Amino acid sequence: MSDDLLFESALSLRERVVSKQISASELTGLFLDRIAKTDATYRAFLLVDRDSALAQARAIDGAIVRGDDVGPLAGVPVAIKDQIVTRGLRTTCASRMLEGFVPPYDATVVDRLRRAGAIIIGKTNQDEFAMGSSTENSAYGPTRNPWDPNRVPGGSSGGSAVAVALRQVPLALGTDTGGSIRQPASLCGVVGLKPTYGRVSRFGAVAFASSLDQIGPFANTVPDTAAIMNVIAGHDPNDSTCVPAAVPDYLSGLDGGIAGIKVGVPREYFVPGMTAGVESAIQAGIDRLRAAGAELVEISLPHTDYCVATYYIIATAEASSNLARYDGVRYGYRAKEPKDLYDMYSRSRDEGFGSEVKRRIMLGTYVLSSGYYDAYYRKAQQVRTLIRQDFDAAFQKVDVIACPVSPVTAFKLGEMVEDPLQMYLMDILTISCNLAGLPGISVPCGFSDNLPVGLQLLAKPLGETVLLRTARAHEMAYPDSARRAG
Amino acid sequence: MKTAYETIIGLEVHAQLKTQSKVFSMCPAKANELPNTLTDVVTLGLPGVLPVLNAQAVRFAVMMGLATHCSIRKVSRFARKHYFYPDLPKGYQISQYDEPLCEHGWIDIDLESGETKRVGITRIHMEEDAGKTIHDADRNESRVDFNRAGVPLIEIVSGPDMRSPDEAVAYLKVLHNILRYLDICDGNMEEGNFRCDANISLRLHGQERFGTKVEIKNINSFRYVHKALVYEQQRQAQFLDDGKTIVQETRLWNSEVNRTESMRSKEDAHDYRYFPDPDLLPLVLTDETLQAIASELPELPDDKRRRFVRDFHLSEYDSAVLTSTPELSRYYDAVLASWGADPKLAANWVSTELLGALAKDGKPIEKTPVSPENLARILHHLSSGSISGKMAKEVFEKVYNEGADPDSVVSTMGGQVSDPEALLAILRDIIANNPAQVEKYRAGKTQLLGFFVGQVMQRTKGKANPTLTNELAIAELNR
Repeated sequence: MSDDLLFESALSLRERVVSKQISASELTGLFLDRIAKTDATYRAFLLVDRDSALAQARAIDGAIVRGDDVGPLAGVPVAIKDQIVTRGLRTTCASRMLEGFVPPYDATVVDRLRRAGAIIIGKTNQDEFAMGSSTENSAYGPTRNPWDPNRVPGGSSGGSAVAVALRQVPLALGTDTGGSIRQPASLCGVVGLKPTYGRVSRFGAVAFASSLDQIGPFANTVPDTAAIMNVIAGHDPNDSTCVPAAVPDYLSGLDGGIAGIKVGVPREYFVPGMTAGVESAIQAGIDRLRAAGAELVEISLPHTDYCVATYYIIATAEASSNLARYDGVRYGYRAKEPKDLYDMYSRSRDEGFGSEVKRRIMLGTYVLSSGYYDAYYRKAQQVRTLIRQDFDAAFQKVDVIACPVSPVTAFKLGEMVEDPLQMYLMDILTISCNLAGLPGISVPCGFSDNLPVGLQLLAKPLGETVLLRTARAHEMAYPDSARRAG
Repeated sequence: MKTAYETIIGLEVHAQLKTQSKVFSMCPAKANELPNTLTDVVTLGLPGVLPVLNAQAVRFAVMMGLATHCSIRKVSRFARKHYFYPDLPKGYQISQYDEPLCEHGWIDIDLESGETKRVGITRIHMEEDAGKTIHDADRNESRVDFNRAGVPLIEIVSGPDMRSPDEAVAYLKVLHNILRYLDICDGNMEEGNFRCDANISLRLHGQERFGTKVEIKNINSFRYVHKALVYEQQRQAQFLDDGKTIVQETRLWNSEVNRTESMRSKEDAHDYRYFPDPDLLPLVLTDETLQAIASELPELPDDKRRRFVRDFHLSEYDSAVLTSTPELSRYYDAVLASWGADPKLAANWVSTELLGALAKDGKPIEKTPVSPENLARILHHLSSGSISGKMAKEVFEKVYNEGADPDSVVSTMGGQVSDPEALLAILRDIIANNPAQVEKYRAGKTQLLGFFVGQVMQRTKGKANPTLTNELAIAELNR
């Protein structure tokens, strides 16, 4: 029985906890044991705080005994990407720069999870400062794919995707700047949602590219995804870019079906280099949507070719600015015995940052520098507007867009490390969603050579309801949803 | 200096706004607290924090824009200005760049010649202050205090419109006074909540193109602004006379040796890599908001000055003196408000008696020992005729020096002698004892009236009602 619990949904576990079939402490213990048993191989976690997790669980148990209102995620363990700050819990962004950094505050999403009764169990591995697509750019070593430990889990939120796929936790949070939730979700065979820009507070998400970053959940089911969205979404006075719109109940009407919903299939998203296995899995996914009553419409997103270039200008520009604060003065890594101030800055940053982070800081510094701003940054913003307009036009015709997440399945560790440009091109199908500020989800839709493939669904801004309903319709029609990794 | 050159000066003023909290966080903003006691996660630029704009700071900045006749942008934007320094927590300062809040304004300044000159305000933008770095050479350490980091600032940039150090200081004083009237900045240069950088260049008279400018920083008093500009004016003139080229650079004013010293040349200038701050939405102001702020503006010094001349018939000079600081004009207003004092009489007493006494003691108006209410009571006794001008001055001194109550001083002095019978008795006695003077007066030397009145004053120890004494003396002498 107890091992089967690991494979139950978060919603069902929460019901067991509040109806006292199992205590939050026992449940947390089960997941902690699962982590202990599996993580030596997969390394999803950078930090597991066993004592604190059990203490949180005991507090929930106490509240249940007292008959208090314990919240919609009571007793459910949640893993947090190390890009998101947690009060009193080391937060490094998988960088040497923040080695040993213990934040004095909780991100808004973490605070909301705690209030909802969730158990914050630990911090997951990632690409350093969320820069990467494989979780190999971690100062603390790579995370491995739960379906084949010789392969990468995707990234940058690889640790959170793996933790959920391996059932080390029922739920996890990641961040998505150009696909960092959807791509690892696809490569690990779990559900991963990037909400609309501004739907979830960014306060406490360490900034990589502020106009693109969003926090979002990983789960094994669409209803679990909806349940955690109900907790983390909503206005936050600490984030000026967080939209004040009311949050609908994402669980309500989730099983309503998609009869009559128009699903657009963009021809530009079936790119050269996409493997046949991925393409047929995606096609199968789209067919399921049609079978469920959706009307398929071929659409065009003509500026798709410019997405990668636009993204790598805007994201690196913002990153070069956001990462300026890591200077060795107030916190984080400081070079030993600096000769002078300049030496302290330059060596602290040289020794503290990994090579991908430095590459992006240099790119971003270049595109913002005097004389180049108009040619790069300003131009990229103009193209970004065109990309957004592509989607505006498409959503005049359709309710949801369906397409692949990644042109390939999980690749081998080290396979792309020497070719950053090839790695950047991996993001081609996910970054337009960030550039346009749309909600996007990856749902498992099949396997290619025993490696999972994710179907990407996109909706217009604040269209999470229809997005989740479509994802749920697909999930109910998908025969392999119970296939287990690890 | 050689008069062949015309001096061109433009000023950049940084004024700290007196808000309760910092410009992008709820952290309290105060001066003179223990180092690093006014910080929070946002102020320190910890990983993950985000800025949230302080609405009161926006209101104050708009007030200054309106008071200096600027047009206020309905949509303005914050931008990040990047440079590395230990007291700049995020590695960038949130400022405004190509879409500032206020633009195209002006203020008028009075010149020595009595003319008025209009100086352009190019722009006023909002930004956050940095912390302070303290270098301890003895211990070979630098320490940073972040209390000031994130305090709201407005930067007020003038046009290159001033033509002398005197004009520059006059401009600075007008700006300072407006900020103080609006009550949005403490305006203390020594404490650094009102700071000035000066751009100065020289060109030959008649030449259209500006000469190469030099920026002077670190000038922390009005006096130093003047001194630094005079020094730089002479240095540049000497350079040009010697056929040398002025290099565009930033110089620091060194008040210990009274000169400017080179800090960095244009080649070393930072590339600030400005770009719109993606963490902050564009600042959008509606017509209603702007109208609401405009309707709450207090009366500004220029308006007040014109009103004093128009309504109270004060001289231009007295009006200028009485409006030269908000505290002084508030004092004057308070005198008028109690006991309905005559505005001209009150103006005379405030600007001569009170300011004279305060100047002697080196006290500002805020430290006056004579409350507006008490001065009004003295003036009330004076204009009702119960005391003479001379007595009023005595009462004033007693109130000023001893903190006495004006009414009790007047009553113990016995008050003014306004009894015609008593005064006539004295007059007749004096006339009887000075036949020669009486004869001369009656022969046409009427200026001798003063002699008789003076004698009465002497007998009454100055308590005789002067108007009444005058009238009685004329009547008696002409009998």
